[in-house]
Amino acid sequence: MRAISNLMLRLLRTLLQRPLTFIGMILTVMFVLMALLGPLVAPYPFDDFIRDTAGKVVKRVPPSAEFLFGTDKLGRDIYSRVLWGARDIIGLAGLATALSVTLGTMIGLALGYRGGWVDEVVSRLFDSLLSIPAMVLALAALATLGASPGAIVAVIVLLYTPIVTRVIRSAALGLRGAGYVEIARLRGESTAYILFREILPGILPALAVEAALRFSYAIFLTASLGFLGLGVQPPSPDWGRMVYEARLDYARAPWGLWFPAGAIALLVISVNLTADGLRRIFRYEGSVI
Amino acid sequence: MTTVLEARDLSVDYKIGREWLNVLSHISLSLNADEIHGLVGESGSGKTTLGLALMRYLDANARIAGGQILLDGDDLAPRTPAQMRPIWGSKLAYVPQNPLAALNPSYTVGEQIAEIPRQHHHMNRADAARRAVEMLRRVKIADPEVVASRYPHQLSGGMRQRVAIAMALVTQPRLLILDEPTTALDVTTQAIILDLFRELIHEHDAAALYVSHDLATIAQLCERVTVLYAGEVVESALVRELYQRPLHPYTIGLLASRPSAHNTAVGNETRLPVIPGVAPSLSERSTACAFAPRCPLAIEVCRTHKPPLEIVEGGRAVRCHRWREVAAGTVNPLALTPNPSPSGRGESDSGQKSLSPVVGEGESVLTLIPPLPMERGLGGEVAIGLSGEILHATALSKDFREGGLIARLTGRARAVHAVDAVSLYVNRQSTLGLVGESGSGKTTLARLIVGLESSDAGGITLMGIDIPQPLDARPPSALAQLRMVIQNPNEALNPYQTIGYGIGRAVHKAMPSLKPYEVRDRVLWLLDSVRLPASLIERLPSELSGGEKQRVSIARAFAAQPALILLDEPTSSLDVSVQAVILNLLKDLRAERGASYLLISHDLDVVSYLAEWIIVMYLGQMVEEGTSAHVTGFPSHPYTEALVSAVPSADPDAPRRRIRLEGDVPSARDLPTGCRFHTRCPRYLGDICKTHEPPVRDAGDGHKIRCHIPIEELTRLQAGSAS
Repeated sequence: MRAISNLMLRLLRTLLQRPLTFIGMILTVMFVLMALLGPLVAPYPFDDFIRDTAGKVVKRVPPSAEFLFGTDKLGRDIYSRVLWGARDIIGLAGLATALSVTLGTMIGLALGYRGGWVDEVVSRLFDSLLSIPAMVLALAALATLGASPGAIVAVIVLLYTPIVTRVIRSAALGLRGAGYVEIARLRGESTAYILFREILPGILPALAVEAALRFSYAIFLTASLGFLGLGVQPPSPDWGRMVYEARLDYARAPWGLWFPAGAIALLVISVNLTADGLRRIFRYEGSVI
Repeated sequence: MTTVLEARDLSVDYKIGREWLNVLSHISLSLNADEIHGLVGESGSGKTTLGLALMRYLDANARIAGGQILLDGDDLAPRTPAQMRPIWGSKLAYVPQNPLAALNPSYTVGEQIAEIPRQHHHMNRADAARRAVEMLRRVKIADPEVVASRYPHQLSGGMRQRVAIAMALVTQPRLLILDEPTTALDVTTQAIILDLFRELIHEHDAAALYVSHDLATIAQLCERVTVLYAGEVVESALVRELYQRPLHPYTIGLLASRPSAHNTAVGNETRLPVIPGVAPSLSERSTACAFAPRCPLAIEVCRTHKPPLEIVEGGRAVRCHRWREVAAGTVNPLALTPNPSPSGRGESDSGQKSLSPVVGEGESVLTLIPPLPMERGLGGEVAIGLSGEILHATALSKDFREGGLIARLTGRARAVHAVDAVSLYVNRQSTLGLVGESGSGKTTLARLIVGLESSDAGGITLMGIDIPQPLDARPPSALAQLRMVIQNPNEALNPYQTIGYGIGRAVHKAMPSLKPYEVRDRVLWLLDSVRLPASLIERLPSELSGGEKQRVSIARAFAAQPALILLDEPTSSLDVSVQAVILNLLKDLRAERGASYLLISHDLDVVSYLAEWIIVMYLGQMVEEGTSAHVTGFPSHPYTEALVSAVPSADPDAPRRRIRLEGDVPSARDLPTGCRFHTRCPRYLGDICKTHEPPVRDAGDGHKIRCHIPIEELTRLQAGSAS
């Protein structure tokens, strides 16, 4: 426990010396808050066609005090839609990341520690899965499964579990022969104890970096699928789909593109800054990775 | 005698955080042509920094705070790196500890050597290549043309170090800085490399600074020696004078703390004198005598005033307020060294005085917690007598298969013969030493015994009961009997677990019925028995020194009251003074706790200090075994003889037996036919050694030798070469 609290303290100290990482983390936290609280603060429902006092739908209103991000060609408030949309993209990407990191860690730890022919077979299988371009695999899978939130999560988990596995496996492989692991084996410790109590703490830094990195890729992938029409189905607001729809209307209402695209970019950049910062912090510590 | 390089009043600071901390303070040193100057000190003394500072090669966070570095009268201190570049590699050369890190893996060694004269002497490519081959021949590499076209990873450690020396000498430098260049090598290779240094430096008329923590190699190699402590010169003298009549209490302690023939001869009960406490860290360096807190001779003035470096006689210098009394023999720091009694309380490298805050003065935790009952057999077996056999291994063999799945399926995998039919036994409360060069199979043999590898043939009996080979198949009662202490204390302790958790887990695993507070008491008791304070229980390994970590590792090994502890090079990563503390501790614990050790070490002095019985291994076979006195005192097998003669002695006047093993240990993939040692044997008889495997001869009392030469003949040859 002390090791962990020490690590947190060091993390905090280092953060203050790395403003970019700090900014990245703050923005990431803000996006997560947005996903949680967005619908509560949104001025309009995401699918309301807003009418003016005359009862006419207000289409393509440029950003103003009333409509912060303007309205789209159907007269929906873009600000509200971006706020509502955060929940889907962050929720889906977050869930998919959590699942693939958990699964990848378990498989990676087991493969790296056990080795042998199981490791050979599973690792080669995963390598061949990784050789297929991610987008092609995702499109093929969603075309057959149908585009539902569950299917999107499943596809991302399928795509990212092998990557996480590979990273964790090589970290575990490096610690398999460590003196303290061999000494634990001599004591007669169970495999589970060795994996979770002796090896896992040592690869937590690698794990944190990998999780942050996977999260940012998952966001991008979710948005891309939305753009291609395979994301969350309308009328739910999906940032990727919003970009796709606004693209066709760009000449008349360019703001419709700016805000969802900007939100995607900012979220990916924030998470990336966090991941990059974590990697530097842990590398600087130089303990394990 | 011409002075090549002279440091005058040199001070170096490091920037740590926002502060400049003094690392080297007022160092004066002259290095003369045709002379090897030894620089000795423990880790953190600043010896490597001094070596680099003399070359004006310092990191960005270091600065020369004062003084001059005169190279042939020319001051290097104010120069910039750009101004130094023509001098580095031409007038000043450096040989690193790890040549693999210094050589570029993507160029052949020939290209790398040739690069230097091309750079400095504008030599053309063909001439430089010829010069590289010539240099390789000078460092006695057998096929210089072939070796020149090899890459660093294709060469053995000894060969790489020769290449590094060839690189350093190619431009005929005025000064060579040698930074622990033989520490990573086997003793046999080290002996050859030291011979080579001696020869080449005299031949080139160069000056050399040999930086080392090892007093023995310095005694054998150097003419003059400077002892560094906490960034200051504490003593400087001709080697012979320093070793015969050291004046500084630190030097005296350092020389005495080394296990050697004279302190083992008395028998089991000898203990090494130790220097208490630890060297001050950079921020703790005081304005008084830096050694005073650890010095048995310290008086009031030592704690208030820094002694000056006084010139004694014949260029000899010492920094001590009381050197006159030491010189006159009226005081003796060794006689005043605290507590040389077997209990060893208060003997510590942690610097803490009070070791057990839980109990009152004079009352040890040891007396409060009764040790576990001593009987321990497997499955209720009654304990065997004091002299009984704890462990018996019969004809253990192990081959490693090389290559992956496909090579194995097609039968093209090659076998590496690591251990070949070795038998051994360990008696209760005794120590068996395993010695041999790297590649001799000693580590694999030990891993077979503790169960980290399974053998292909042979069996292990632990306290009269056969135990299965794979670790998973061993019953808990057998697991509890075998423990291990490894070489690198940083690797032994999980960096994310507190000391208390680490030891506590070992206690819990051995005695699952204990309640948490009982486990805690036992952890405290274990810490106390390795002379560590209870306060360490909350610390993480990174907060401990190397010696402290090694003691935690030993405490953890004793948590289960094991019958046998495998000690794999337990002191080779520690400083000499810390090594003495650990060796004493191991000896005490063996007596107190009734354990036995299986000790692996490349240091024959350490092995003969602890072990009663020694097995010498070569390429997976036992070549000689016998009592420690026999094997190290009167080695009979030609290999043992060479091994013993390669060990440098800390006495510069010790008669040197010069048996050198040329070449490297042959590969364990293609074992030599007949006697495995015939390719390097200095007593090679003829075809019989090549074609027939030698018999194991019994010289009486279990002393066994695997050689074609009859034992009487070996003894005679031996006596002849000793003179």
